[in-house]
Amino acid sequence: MNKWFKSGAPWIWLSAGGVSISLISVLGLLWLIASRGLSYFWPSELYQFDLLDENGVKSVVIGEIYDREEIPVGQLAHLNLDLDPEQEVLERLLIKTGNRELVSLDFRWLLSHNITNTQKPKDLVVVERRTHGNFYGYIDSMVVDGNEVDSNQLDELLTRVEGFQQQIDELQKSDIGAINYQLERLRLKTRKYQLQDKLTPERQAKIDSEVVNLNQRYAKLEQELMGYREEISRDHIVMRAMDGQLVTINFEYILKVTFNNQLNLLEKLSTFFSQIGGFIIEDPREANTEGGVFPAIFGTVLMVLLMTVIVSPLGVIAAIYLHEYAGKNAFTKLLRISVINLAGVPSIVYGVFGLGFFVYMVGGSLDQLFYSENLPSPTFGTPGVLWSSLTLAILTLPVVIVSTEEGLSRIPLEMRYGSLALGATKAETLWRIILPIASPAIMTGIILAIARAAGEVAPLMLVGVVKMAPNLPLDGNFPFLHLDRKFMHLGFHIYDVGFQSPNVEAARPLVFATALLLVTIIVALNMTAVSIRNRLREKYKMLEH
Amino acid sequence: MAVLISSTRSRSIKNSLAKWLITFGGISVLFTLVLIFLYLLYVVKPIFESAKIESKVNISLQLKANEKVLATGVDELQELVYEITDTGNIDFYHLKASDPLAKKQFAVGEHSFSAHLFADDDFKQERVVSIANSFTANKLLHTASGKTLLVQPSFYAEYSNDIRKIIPQVNYPLGQGSLVIDEQQIPLSQLAFAMDEEQIVFVAFTKDKRLIKTNFIADDEFGSSSNGDDVEYETNYQLIDYPVDVVDEIKVTPDLSLAFVRSGSTVRVYSLTDEEEVSLKATITPTLNDNTYLTAMALLSGSSSVLLGDSSGQISQWFEVATDSGRQFKQIRTFDADNENTSQTSSAITAIYTEQFRKSFYTMTTSGMVNVFYTTSSAHLWQGQLTSSQPAAFAIAPRANGLIIIGNDPLDANKRNLQTFSVHNEHPEVTWQALWQEVWYEGYPEPDYIWQSSSGSDDFEAKFSLVPISFGTIKAALYAMLFAVPVALSAAIYTAYFMTPSLRKKVKPTIEMMEALPTVILGFLAGLWLAPLMEEYLPAIFLLFILLPLATVLTAFSWHKLPNKIKDKLPESLAPILLIPVIMLTTYVAFALSPQLEAILFNGDMRQFLTNDLGINFDQRNALVVGIAMGFAVIPTIFTMAEDAIFSVPGHLTNGSLALGATQWQTLVGVVLLTASPGIFSAVMMGLGRAVGETMIVLMATGNTPILDWSIFQGMRTLAANIAVEMPEAEVGSSHYRILFLAAFVLFIFTFIFNTAAEFVRQRLREKYSSM
Repeated sequence: MNKWFKSGAPWIWLSAGGVSISLISVLGLLWLIASRGLSYFWPSELYQFDLLDENGVKSVVIGEIYDREEIPVGQLAHLNLDLDPEQEVLERLLIKTGNRELVSLDFRWLLSHNITNTQKPKDLVVVERRTHGNFYGYIDSMVVDGNEVDSNQLDELLTRVEGFQQQIDELQKSDIGAINYQLERLRLKTRKYQLQDKLTPERQAKIDSEVVNLNQRYAKLEQELMGYREEISRDHIVMRAMDGQLVTINFEYILKVTFNNQLNLLEKLSTFFSQIGGFIIEDPREANTEGGVFPAIFGTVLMVLLMTVIVSPLGVIAAIYLHEYAGKNAFTKLLRISVINLAGVPSIVYGVFGLGFFVYMVGGSLDQLFYSENLPSPTFGTPGVLWSSLTLAILTLPVVIVSTEEGLSRIPLEMRYGSLALGATKAETLWRIILPIASPAIMTGIILAIARAAGEVAPLMLVGVVKMAPNLPLDGNFPFLHLDRKFMHLGFHIYDVGFQSPNVEAARPLVFATALLLVTIIVALNMTAVSIRNRLREKYKMLEH
Repeated sequence: MAVLISSTRSRSIKNSLAKWLITFGGISVLFTLVLIFLYLLYVVKPIFESAKIESKVNISLQLKANEKVLATGVDELQELVYEITDTGNIDFYHLKASDPLAKKQFAVGEHSFSAHLFADDDFKQERVVSIANSFTANKLLHTASGKTLLVQPSFYAEYSNDIRKIIPQVNYPLGQGSLVIDEQQIPLSQLAFAMDEEQIVFVAFTKDKRLIKTNFIADDEFGSSSNGDDVEYETNYQLIDYPVDVVDEIKVTPDLSLAFVRSGSTVRVYSLTDEEEVSLKATITPTLNDNTYLTAMALLSGSSSVLLGDSSGQISQWFEVATDSGRQFKQIRTFDADNENTSQTSSAITAIYTEQFRKSFYTMTTSGMVNVFYTTSSAHLWQGQLTSSQPAAFAIAPRANGLIIIGNDPLDANKRNLQTFSVHNEHPEVTWQALWQEVWYEGYPEPDYIWQSSSGSDDFEAKFSLVPISFGTIKAALYAMLFAVPVALSAAIYTAYFMTPSLRKKVKPTIEMMEALPTVILGFLAGLWLAPLMEEYLPAIFLLFILLPLATVLTAFSWHKLPNKIKDKLPESLAPILLIPVIMLTTYVAFALSPQLEAILFNGDMRQFLTNDLGINFDQRNALVVGIAMGFAVIPTIFTMAEDAIFSVPGHLTNGSLALGATQWQTLVGVVLLTASPGIFSAVMMGLGRAVGETMIVLMATGNTPILDWSIFQGMRTLAANIAVEMPEAEVGSSHYRILFLAAFVLFIFTFIFNTAAEFVRQRLREKYSSM
């Protein structure tokens, strides 16, 4: 035993434990996010619990089982439960009961001790709604245009409402949105003429006539909209809640009605995938706690693309300088230390710099020069997608530099000598020989930069991200790409919904789903980058021999 | 062929063009870093600048020879200034020339508007002897024969053709007739007042040596009409029992709660809150040197502090402090307006003027020397001579960005000059000491480190001490390192030195994958999943710290005792894989045992046990959670660099050691780790740099309370999280905004030092290895 200790074997095993813990935590983390995130989309079973509490009062609770945990009896001493003295732990269930109009909290803890009967009735439904969250209960009756109808018309009615809803969205978003946008532009145009003292009566008349024209179109569209609204609110459904109360829900608010307990595996799978699809392409609802994350995905992608356009040339040029042009002197050493420091500066510092320098200083000056008609409300002098991508471009610059330089250093010197010996200039060698060979390394750097930028949140909170952006930064109104607009971001979405929303418990599954999406994107990007790099290394190893 | 066609000349031009472009691009990296550094510094710099006072406008006043100026004032934008004379005249002058497009043109210094304040018959041929000021613009005029009038010079803006014009007017909030302050209508020698919408409180000392308090209680509301004609109020007269025959000064706090009465070097404080009786609350007798005595008294903005100036040029600040024997007035700090130690007579404080909203004050000495101080930060902001002699009237602009002084013309004794000065004093509350040392704030029992940047109430004083948040940063980083360093280094050692190459190829990228995980996800898991889990299974977490190493060593020993046949199939090189199920099982056991353990050891609830029995506060989002979550974020950083350093230790060193008979472990400790130690050091430095600057994890996994407490069960607020929380609300250019930039600058410098040191060590190490 003593000898074994002296040999150092226990220490070796302990250090192996370090590897194991790291591996478990990485894989466990991914598994945790994946399982929690995916279970959000899986249609869960609906339960009806018959309860009998300590005072002998009976009640019924309907809902999904959200969580279960075991707690020591000691923590429940204040409830004076009638328990087996041997028992040390009790099971407790967290039930999502929905029905926000009837109860103030849509979650409820049940002690399994109090449950007398648990069943899964086939005709129990969950109604997903536009507002007020889910409703759990039984369908009592359906009323179409004032007449009660059979409940097998449900799908038909839902499809009808969905059709109208799409038309309403179309009208509101593109047509009416465009008119509002044009009206705002006309207002600014007038203001600009006024500021420049060029507002001639002809110009004023022209603008006025355009405004009248737009207002007429607006009135017409609004009437159309009213028509659809009327159609959509024609029918309603009467639901019976867990306590027997009848609740009327207008079809206008219904998104989906599912009999979760009637689904077979195949149907469950199809619901699962359609839920995932909906999550990706839908807009968020209810202060981001329900619905999809499309604007956040869109914002993240657009911001990252803009950033890539800025960072790629800068990073590659800097790497080329460091590797091909810089001499071996103190200045180069200084440059390298700068690169390391740029990589090591906390991201929030970039946020502070971006806010002060880009937003207030550069943006503020741009507003003074070019957008004075908008003042005092700022155009570029406020956080926005352009400033965000610029800030992140500085943040990810070292990633591109380091990766590109690594690629350059793996290119054998003979290739450069060969090219130079044949009479090419240094620039030509770079452009035609070195860069094409290094392009996978550059690619790797850019992908790593994208992965870093997609996950960065802290600086964006200062320079352009918002919880709810009314408009996407890219739309059908001239000039199409609105670089001054604020945007939504997946990472910030996680922070905001998970920590700032009023009902964190209800939003938690959605946060896990968003986290899963983000992690998937980032892990995929990283793995691509790493595999490109590895292939590249092998290739050069072959070149060297 | 294209290359051949283009001439050599254009090719060489292109070549050198490319060279310049690329060189420029390369240098831009350095430029960016320097730009960040300089920009942060540029924003931070103004908070450490002292005040600047510059002369702006000089107006020669048109007054009669025997007329005396008693008061002056200015509007918020400093476009119009006024003075009030003892004959009851008020004159307004322009401080800003008219807009070139305006209808009526005027120049700087031009007379704008005059009024005679004494319209009522009460005041025929009266001379004003004193004017009492309230913290608002109201002025109380008292005449030689004991008549009193409340006036309010005011300004409003008028727009015509988009041109703003400030229009002066004079309001009489209580009407134009004389007010009855003393029931017996005897002239007053000292008078002070304060008012709000419901009440006006006057405290006065009459010529027949009675100290009286009078209050007017409005039936409706004061200030509801501009001429005060229909204001009705009820009057209460009270006599205050006062032991001395002389009163030098009286002040009433703006919240109408206290009156300070000074007789010589003693100040008596009376509580005015009781309607029935005015009671003596405290007596302040400052300890003064021989031959020095009090000469001036003023109230600081915010109703709590009184400033006392003495004949030697010292000013002391006093406020009420809760002590063991109840609330007492204490001397908090002193200021010296006479740091050149001039002769006694010329350095005596003649007046103290306080700003309306901030805790700055101006002092005037006999010689006309002006000093500017800020109380909380103990800052001496400015000293200088603005006038050659004692001024007749002195006023601070409402936004504290200007001064108005009326004095005699140095050349002509009969002429009076009105001078305005611009004051650049935006950040008096910030000094290096105030940021890093204990500060005694009003209402606090003792000096303390406090960060509290905003609050709901109006007269709140922001408290900017960087100590609690820097402490939080260090605490968070330290707990994270405590967790990360052992795990990361042991993993690095094993991976680099003991692992088979094929396994290493898979393990290394997997652990490095963690570095790519967005910290927002780690933070969210820490805050919403780990924190509640740890709260529920608190005993399990502590159990794990003991059980995990124990289980590992036990597994190692059982493996050692295994028959050789099985050992061949499960070689020691698979140890990390073998340990995975062991660790998972141990974790499961620890969690399963947790409720039982809690029931046996901690009466069923460890949290309550901690709070009730041990008196330790417990936050759900505490340092333990942050330590583990941020530890995970730091592990890959340390792991990668340390692994690289150990792996690249030249093979002949280890081979030599092994050949001489050392065991694997002895070789590792004696040769490999020793050689790689600079690399390991730089890995830890990099990890520390990352932990210090990490924002999202701390933001989400702690309660963000800026407290000074090492407890593992309490949260903290870090520099980075503080910036993320408060920056969006900070007003651009305010002290708060600049201090947040300072926090960013501090972070920048912190990480700059760590990173540069780490990089330096690494470069040295690389050279050393290549020479071996």
